[in-house]
Amino acid sequence: MNTAVSECETQTRKQTPEGEGVMGRTLAEKIWDAHVVHSAEGEPDLLYIDLHLIHEVTSPQAFDGLRAASRKVRRPDLTIATEDHNVPTTGITGPGVPLSGPGSPVTDPVSRTQVEALRKNCAEFGIRLHPMGDAGQGIVHVIGPQLGLTQPGLTIVCGDSHTSTHGALGALAFGIGTSEVEHVLATQTLPQQRPKMMAITVNGALPDGVTPKDLILAIIAKIGTGGGQGYVVEYRGPAVRALSMEGRLTVCNMSIEAGARAGLVAPDDVTFAYLEGRPHAPSGAGWERALEAWRSLPGDDDATFDREVTLDAGLLTPYVTWGTNPGQALPLASSVPDPGSFADPDERAAASRALAYMDLKPGTALRDVSVDTVFLGSCTNGRLEDLRAAAGVLRGRRIAPSIRMLVVPGSMQVRAQAEAEGLDAVFTAAGAEWRAAGCSMCLGMNPDKLAPGERSASTSNRNFEGRQGKGGRTHLVSPAVAAATAVTGHLAAPADL
Amino acid sequence: MEPFTTHTGRAVPLRRTNVDTDQIIPAEYLKRVSRAGFGEGLFAAWREDPSFVLNQPQYAGATILVAGTDFGTGSSREHAVWALTDYGFRAVIAPRFGDIFRTNATKAGLLPVILPEATVAALQDAVESDPGTEITVDLGARAVLAGAAGIKAPFDLDDYTRWRLMEGLDDIGLTLRHVDKVTAFELSRPTWLPVTA
Repeated sequence: MNTAVSECETQTRKQTPEGEGVMGRTLAEKIWDAHVVHSAEGEPDLLYIDLHLIHEVTSPQAFDGLRAASRKVRRPDLTIATEDHNVPTTGITGPGVPLSGPGSPVTDPVSRTQVEALRKNCAEFGIRLHPMGDAGQGIVHVIGPQLGLTQPGLTIVCGDSHTSTHGALGALAFGIGTSEVEHVLATQTLPQQRPKMMAITVNGALPDGVTPKDLILAIIAKIGTGGGQGYVVEYRGPAVRALSMEGRLTVCNMSIEAGARAGLVAPDDVTFAYLEGRPHAPSGAGWERALEAWRSLPGDDDATFDREVTLDAGLLTPYVTWGTNPGQALPLASSVPDPGSFADPDERAAASRALAYMDLKPGTALRDVSVDTVFLGSCTNGRLEDLRAAAGVLRGRRIAPSIRMLVVPGSMQVRAQAEAEGLDAVFTAAGAEWRAAGCSMCLGMNPDKLAPGERSASTSNRNFEGRQGKGGRTHLVSPAVAAATAVTGHLAAPADL
Repeated sequence: MEPFTTHTGRAVPLRRTNVDTDQIIPAEYLKRVSRAGFGEGLFAAWREDPSFVLNQPQYAGATILVAGTDFGTGSSREHAVWALTDYGFRAVIAPRFGDIFRTNATKAGLLPVILPEATVAALQDAVESDPGTEITVDLGARAVLAGAAGIKAPFDLDDYTRWRLMEGLDDIGLTLRHVDKVTAFELSRPTWLPVTA
C-alpha cells in the first residue's frame, strides 16, 4: 500500500564483548550516560533532569503530594510553567487579563479553578509562570525552544506526551505522568529503565509540496502506533538534515504517536543557528563552551541500533489520516481503505470501527471527503513557518463559505511575529479566525471544540475518537493541506487549487 | 501506594486495540485538581452505548480488564490510571501497553500485565463464555491463572518494579536515599546550562 517506505530491519545490535573496549554510543545513549546520578544492578538508572516544564492540567495533584509530605521543589530555577491546555483563545486582551469576574475570557469555573491552582502553586514554590495573556505565554512545547531553554544534550521532561518535541534540538525529552512530575519537583531526578534505540533514516529529499508533517505521518503509518514502544527514535539521513528547526520540531513532536516516548535529531549548524541569541541560550565564553560540548553529542560512527527503518523521502506525497489513530494514514491521492483488505484481524476490526466512527465508506477518494472545520495550530504545527505555509496558500483566496477555520498561534510570540509579517491580515481576509495562543482545538478541554458529528482537517497530532470534542471527526493534515482544504471545503493539497 | 501482591477477581473482556488514554478518560474530565472521582469518567463516551462491555450486568464488579494490544497509547495523563483504579480495577492484561501509561500504572498501584496475544484472546474467550471465571494475578509468582479455563501464563516484570509494587513503596522516598549523589551531581554540572529564573 505504501511504496515510499521500505524497511530494512536489523537486529544486529551487539553487546560489548568483555575486554574489547567501549562500543560506539548513540546520541541518546551519550545524553543518558551523562545524566546518571545513581545506577545499581537490578535497578533503573536515576537520571538528573535539566529542565522541567509544567502546565495546569497534570501538575495540581503533584503539588498536593509535595505539600502532604512537607517537601519543597528542589530546583525551581530548572522549572518553568505556562497556561496552555484549558485556557480560551478568544477574549485575551493582553497581560493581566482577569481570570475571573468582568472581562475574564474564562467562563468555565472548573477550568478557572485549575488555572488558579497553577498560579497558587507557582507562587508558593517559587516557579516562573507565563500566565494567560502574558507575552511569553504559549504551548509548553513551543515556548521551551523559543526561549532557548531547550538545548542539545539536556534531559527534559513534562507531564505531557508531546515533550518528545524538544528532541528536535538534540535533547532527550519525554512525557511523564503526574506521579513522575511530583518526583521531579521533589528530587530533580527520575528513575528510568534504559530504552532500546531505533534509527529512522530518511534518504533523498522531500519533493516540493511535501512537508515535515507528511513525513512523520508516513513514518507512523509504516511502523504503527506501537512500533516505537520501548524505543528512543533518532531521525537521521539527508532529508532530516535538510529540515529547518521548526520542521524537525514537527517530526519529533509526533514520535509518541508511533509509541516512542522520545525522538531526537543530532544537533548541527541548523540547531546552533536557531539557538544563538535566544534569551536563555548561553552567550560569550559560555556559548563557545556549549558549542564544543554540543559538537561532541552526535552518535559515534560505530554506534548500533536495536531497530533501523529507512525511508525514501523522494517518493512521499501529502498524507492525511482516515481513521481514529495516527497510524491510519494514507497519501491524499488514495481512497478510504476497505477493512477487508487488512490481513491482520485486529487491524481489520480497528478499521471497521474507525470507518463507522468517521462515517466514511470504503473506496471514497480522500479528496472527496468534505470537512466543516479547519484547525491550524498545536504543538505540532503552531509555529511561524506553519503559519507562513498556510498563509502562502490563502493569500488572495477565500475559504469556502461552509468552512470555519481557526488559526491559533503556538505562542503569543509566534502571534506577534506573524502579525509583524502581516500573516494575521492574510488569514482574516481569507475568512479565518485569528486567535490567541494555546492548545485550543487539539484536545477538546477548552472552549475550542468540534460539535458531535463535525469533521475537521486539523494540523494537530491526534485523531482519536472525540479528541477534538465528543463525537467530532478528525483528519490530521499538514498546514498546507489544511489551508487548501479550507479553500475547497474538502481534503485538498495546494496543487489542487 | 497500596501494595499489590496477588489479586483474584472476575474480568471484563475489552476486545479493542489501540485503546488510547483519550478513550479511557476524555480531556473534559481532566480539569479536576484532586486524584479522586475519576471513575465516573472512565470510558465516558463508550459507556453511553448500553451494549458497551462495561455496561453489561454480567461483568459488574469485575476488577481485571483484559484488553487488546497497545492499551493506553497517546496522552501522558495519569488520570487514565486513576480512572481505572477508582472504578475498581486492580490489573490490566494486554499484549502491549503505551509506555507512559504502563509507567504511570506502576506508580499508582495498577498492575499492567503483558501476555502474548493468544493468551489474552484465550482469557477473553474464557470470560465471555463464563463471566464468573475467576482470574488470579500473582505478582510474587509473576503468573496469571484462570484455573477453570486451564490457563496458567507467566509474565515478565522487572524485579525492581515488582518489589516496589509488592511493598507499595513511594519512589520519592527511595530516591531521597541518594540525595547526596544528587547534590554532588549538581555541583558537577557546567555553568552554562540554562536556568529558568
